[in-house]
Amino acid sequence: MSAIEHTSITVTPPQQRQRSNDRRGAGGTAIGPRGLIAISWIAPVLLVLVWEALARNGWLSPQILPAPSKVVATAVKLTLSGSLPHDLGVSLLRAAVGFALGGGIGFALGTLVGFSRLAEAAIDRSVQMIRAIPFLALLPLVIVWFGVGEGQKIFLVSLGVAFPIYINTTLGIRQVDPKLLEPGRVQGLSTALLIRRVILPGALPSILTGVRYALATAWLALVVAETIGAQAGLGFLAMDAREFLRTDVIVLTIVIYALIGVGADSLARALERRLLAWHPNYGAAR
Amino acid sequence: MTRPHPVHQDSGDAVTVTDLRRAYGNRTVIDALTLRIARGEFVALLGESGCGKTTLLRALAGLDPIQGGRIDAPGRPAVVFQEHRLLPWDTLWSNVALGLPPQGARERAAAALAEVGLGDRLDDWPRNLSGGQAQRVALARALVQEPELLLLDEPFAALDALTRIRMHGLVKELVARHRPGVLLVTHDVDEAIALADRILVMRSGVIAAEHHTEQAGDALGLRRLLLAELGVRAGFAA
Repeated sequence: MSAIEHTSITVTPPQQRQRSNDRRGAGGTAIGPRGLIAISWIAPVLLVLVWEALARNGWLSPQILPAPSKVVATAVKLTLSGSLPHDLGVSLLRAAVGFALGGGIGFALGTLVGFSRLAEAAIDRSVQMIRAIPFLALLPLVIVWFGVGEGQKIFLVSLGVAFPIYINTTLGIRQVDPKLLEPGRVQGLSTALLIRRVILPGALPSILTGVRYALATAWLALVVAETIGAQAGLGFLAMDAREFLRTDVIVLTIVIYALIGVGADSLARALERRLLAWHPNYGAAR
Repeated sequence: MTRPHPVHQDSGDAVTVTDLRRAYGNRTVIDALTLRIARGEFVALLGESGCGKTTLLRALAGLDPIQGGRIDAPGRPAVVFQEHRLLPWDTLWSNVALGLPPQGARERAAAALAEVGLGDRLDDWPRNLSGGQAQRVALARALVQEPELLLLDEPFAALDALTRIRMHGLVKELVARHRPGVLLVTHDVDEAIALADRILVMRSGVIAAEHHTEQAGDALGLRRLLLAELGVRAGFAA
């Protein structure tokens, strides 16, 4: 888009700031943004190198913490044998199903409560009471209900996801400026069209914040659920490795959990950038 | 004050209000108000804050329920508010096309935006607009509906003086071309004189005075009279 060419008299202050940032680098230092990114990587890389050196010199027992190179080798071996892709797939499927289920329920209830004071009176107090329970505390009860099969894992993920989506959907709908509805009301637009064109887009920034938060809880719920009585999945891989003191496999699963967490968060951010391109705080400068 | 177009030429009324009553709870804001605006006629409604002029406009827009009397209008009105009220998540053309039948919506929106001088900004976002530009888009959004009655609720109040003068010219031109009946709510006497065929002064929910700008002739005299009717001492203001 050529918005920048058109903004000769219409530039808003945040944009000006954004553009000058692009040129001079954050904070106005002499080091460019790329330089700063490079600097931010020095410490983590150094840490891994020190860890590797300590492990190779025998200062770190392989049973306490294996060398990073050993973990990478294990990753390659398990990938080639097919067991890592399989366990990873099982875990991702559980997360996805749980997220879809819990997210769907949270969004549906949140929309209902956001629109209707009656629904709020009927539903909200109960939801808030259940929300007060740390959902991981329900684990023993969930195991009694579902055993240690797939049901237990998906239920726990759904539970962790439903609340943040519910709260942020309700909040987002309530925060839409009623003044924005009036031009449409004058024209006699149907309620369905007003919801689609005005209320849901207005609630979207808040809903996406809920999605980002929910992705983190979903992952946490999955880790805990999989650690107990799984026959497959990343958690199973880790617990199985513990039996044989295979710390390299345990470290590998921890790293994978971390990477997927980071990946999910960047996915949510990309979604925000794309869906909220209109929003001065999210959209890429155009 | 000369106007290029004779008034009352078009047949039919843009709106007829008979014995309108509007109350908030027990407090009556408008009582037994009668008003007729012809198609193509530009009426300004002056009044102090709280005299009920915005209440009248909102009733005419169908945004608030009325407690008595009737409002007869051939079609739906269109409104330009003091704030532009554009949807920040829609591009300019989809803002203007809000509520149009999808077939040919973009073309109609493009034509309306071209009329307000923003024909090259179809896919831009509202946040990239200045106050005057945003208000022009709001005007395009109202006019694209081809309303018989155009309601303007202090649409220029938040603009700087120069932009306001430019907007006056634009509105005059567009109204002359589309010829809706117009009700402009304002408390700017000069704006009312510059734009309107007929000026109504509202006080405590009733229309207290009425002036035809064409017949008034002397704009300065009319200005002094209007200010006096609004409770501003003439010697002080003129």
